[in-house]
Amino acid sequence: MNQPTNISGATCRDAPILKERGQREVFCGLTGIIWLHRKMQDAFFLVVGSRTCAHLLQSAAGVMIFAEPRFGTAVLEEGDLAGMADAHEELDREVDRLLSRRPDIKQLFLVGSCPSEVIKLDLHRAAERLTVKHAPHVRVLNYSGSGIETTFTQGEDACLASMVPVLPETDERELLLVGALPDVVEDQAVDLLNKMGIGPIRVLPAHRSAEAPGVGPNTVYACLQPFLGDTSAELDRRGARMIQAPFPFGEEGTTLWLRAIADEFGVDDETFARVTDAPRARARTAIANAAKALQGKTIFFMPDSQLEIPLARFLTRECGMEAIEIGQPYIHKGLVGPDMDLIPAGPTISEGQDVDKQLDRVRAARPDLTVCGLGLANPLEAEGLTTKWAIELVFTPVHFYEQAGDLAGLFSRPVRRRELLKLEAASASKETREVAR
Amino acid sequence: MKLTVWTYEGPPHVGAMRVATAMKGLHYVLHAPQGDTYADLLFTMIERRNHRPPVSYTTFEGRDLGTDTASIFRNTCRNAYDRYKPQAMIVGASCTAELIQDDPGGLAEAMDIPVPVVALELPSYQRKENFGSDETFYQIVRALAQPMERTQEITANLIGPLALGFRHRDDIEEVKGLLYEMGIGVNVVAPFDATPEDIAKLGQAHFNVLMYPEHAETAARHLERTCGQPYTKTVPIGVGATHEFVAEVAQICGVEPKKDLSRLRQPWWSKSVDSTYLTGKRVFLFGDATHVKTAARIARDEMGFEVVGLGCYNREFARDIRKLAKDYGVEALITDDYLEVEKAIEDLAPEMILGTQMERHIGKRLGIPCAVISAPVHVQDFPARYSPQMGWEGANVIFDTWIHPLVMGLEEHLLHMFREDFEFHDEAGASHHGGHAPKPIAEVPAPEPVATQPEAPAETGSDVMVWLADAERELKKIPFFVRGKAKRNTEKFAAERGVSEISIDTLYEAKAHFAR
Repeated sequence: MNQPTNISGATCRDAPILKERGQREVFCGLTGIIWLHRKMQDAFFLVVGSRTCAHLLQSAAGVMIFAEPRFGTAVLEEGDLAGMADAHEELDREVDRLLSRRPDIKQLFLVGSCPSEVIKLDLHRAAERLTVKHAPHVRVLNYSGSGIETTFTQGEDACLASMVPVLPETDERELLLVGALPDVVEDQAVDLLNKMGIGPIRVLPAHRSAEAPGVGPNTVYACLQPFLGDTSAELDRRGARMIQAPFPFGEEGTTLWLRAIADEFGVDDETFARVTDAPRARARTAIANAAKALQGKTIFFMPDSQLEIPLARFLTRECGMEAIEIGQPYIHKGLVGPDMDLIPAGPTISEGQDVDKQLDRVRAARPDLTVCGLGLANPLEAEGLTTKWAIELVFTPVHFYEQAGDLAGLFSRPVRRRELLKLEAASASKETREVAR
Repeated sequence: MKLTVWTYEGPPHVGAMRVATAMKGLHYVLHAPQGDTYADLLFTMIERRNHRPPVSYTTFEGRDLGTDTASIFRNTCRNAYDRYKPQAMIVGASCTAELIQDDPGGLAEAMDIPVPVVALELPSYQRKENFGSDETFYQIVRALAQPMERTQEITANLIGPLALGFRHRDDIEEVKGLLYEMGIGVNVVAPFDATPEDIAKLGQAHFNVLMYPEHAETAARHLERTCGQPYTKTVPIGVGATHEFVAEVAQICGVEPKKDLSRLRQPWWSKSVDSTYLTGKRVFLFGDATHVKTAARIARDEMGFEVVGLGCYNREFARDIRKLAKDYGVEALITDDYLEVEKAIEDLAPEMILGTQMERHIGKRLGIPCAVISAPVHVQDFPARYSPQMGWEGANVIFDTWIHPLVMGLEEHLLHMFREDFEFHDEAGASHHGGHAPKPIAEVPAPEPVATQPEAPAETGSDVMVWLADAERELKKIPFFVRGKAKRNTEKFAAERGVSEISIDTLYEAKAHFAR
């Protein structure tokens, strides 16, 4: 009962992928900072970029910007573009100033942006230089969150991948959970695994740099998010081995994810059932309640976070929806393959984007629900289409059993609201009155 | 390099987007990497627009660099024209594309697009959003507007209102009303809702109303030179300024300064006895130069506040604001660093802040009431209801908006009378401030035993003040919302007299000294 349901015939893994290039309506990887800095409590993220980068972070972080955030932008000025040697001096000076003002910072990430990459400012060298200068108190790392290299959640991937080479070496057989999740969800995952006798369990990223996990040839790891391709490659390079599984969205996804780990650690069926039966039943009930409005409805995913394939799997298999198109910014089959296996062929699978052409397809298909970014949501609503803005899926706790109902709820809320509001009826009756008069 | 967390202004291409999004029939092709589309959501979310901004991005990637970014630009340009068939286009580069030097203007010119294409040079590493909008509007006007024969009846252009402008939508209606009362028609409003064809007709108006100098002053000067159109120098925000604006228009047009004051309630509201308590409230002003300038006059002359500090974030207007500050006998603060603004507010300890979204948060942190008078603003300041800042109705709106965060006269009086009541204990806060609902108190606190050692003495400048225990106790009897001022005044009074220990007598001597 705990094995993946076999799907007869072709699945999405075999389906041809529609690859498009053109205008992309997505965030760049810098936005990952907004949730990463909450998770890593002694880290500071210093973007080296332009006013546009600062403005992006401010617009995306919303009110968070007022809460003494541990991120900022070293805005390049005209002088920095002319002389590169000076740019390094300037960077050192800004970092010194920052670290003296925030002595609680233990990890500093220099985050590359489009401007810093185009002018080929070598942040890797700067990070090494600054690590030496501020050792042992602060370690300085670098990664790129630029739009020319990364899309939205890939920023987290780039960040975690930059940490892997400097993780301590270990020969312990440990389970490593990879991906930044809200604490409440992470605790649930660890608790479920502990109850099956699996451990020790470490997480990447850790809350504090002192708690950084070790990694080595006996490490096995499971990804919590589908966008961690580079991090996974770096872990493999350190000799660790990935446990392949669908991602823990919904009751089925969570069960299959746990089962894969349980198999790796030799957990018997009885123990597995004892630990998971109750939360599975809870999750099924919660999904059934929240998904009533979704039964038989069609859904169209615009590319955003790489969560699209696992979420489409959840919505089609557990909520009774029908997918028309599943767009992803990138498709890493090594990670989302198991999810693709569970979706019968049929929906268009697209990678990349030409937003105008994709919107033409949305308009032609008129899906019941379109998952898209905030730049597109209101314009589509104004055209009479119902939308679910995608960014919320990254910030809200949606993984594992206890959040399965909430996850379905995020999609059913706009559909229910559509059915609740009688705005057209109200204005129509007003017109009728006016005609009658 | 400069470390920045909050920016008052975006990069200049966002200013250009604000012009493009305000207009109809215009399309902007922006040479920019993936991710720069984030700016779309400012328009669709904060302003809640029901359409995508008319902007096509080239979305070049790392692997395109050094090879074919120019051809990506050409393709995007071609596709944008074919799909949207605009009356005119603007083309330019964002900060990253500025570095790869593809010259969007030159590329577009070589493409034979059958409509006017205006090239924008927006130096991203030197200038900011307001420059971007001013320069973009100027370039569009320069390319499309021609000297023309004047309309038969007297008409004006309203220039400056933009997408994402603070109350621009309703200010337009208010200014139209002011002109209508004098029998003056409106030729074109631009950029807001104007098409490139409308821009071509700017020349037939008799004069220009420059609504927002930040966004259209360069265009106004250009039209004055090329089309011989004078433009208004007074921005009609506040009762006095609106009277002056009407007089200025009447003089330009040679018409009667007719006004319909029947709906103007602000002056009586301000005179009514309940407003007596507003007298001398110490306010700090910060925002864009135009709104700060007009707000300072309203604050002092129409509300009876005391302006204790003012400043702006747009350096283009630094000279104006310095001059204004001199008139008010205060120090001007010209900065785009919110930490400096926060410091100034902390030092001045005003009773009210009039500022932007950022000052609203500073106010929240320091427990000082704040009203928003200028961009940048968040979604709540693009309201569904009619709420102009300009004209007579604008004066009504401003009065309500500014006094709402303050504890009003009767309420203040009652709080004084019943200040010993447990419901008005310090932590209760003002009843209408969200998030400060009175917490239930387990027991009425007994009078605090006074520590023999004074707590960490507050530092003011170089002098270290020590509050004696009885004075400290007396200070705590003063209602929380005036205690900061009392403490500050007392310490200032003591410092001026070289007193380092503050007793009850010092406290009351200071009170007598500062009594108004």
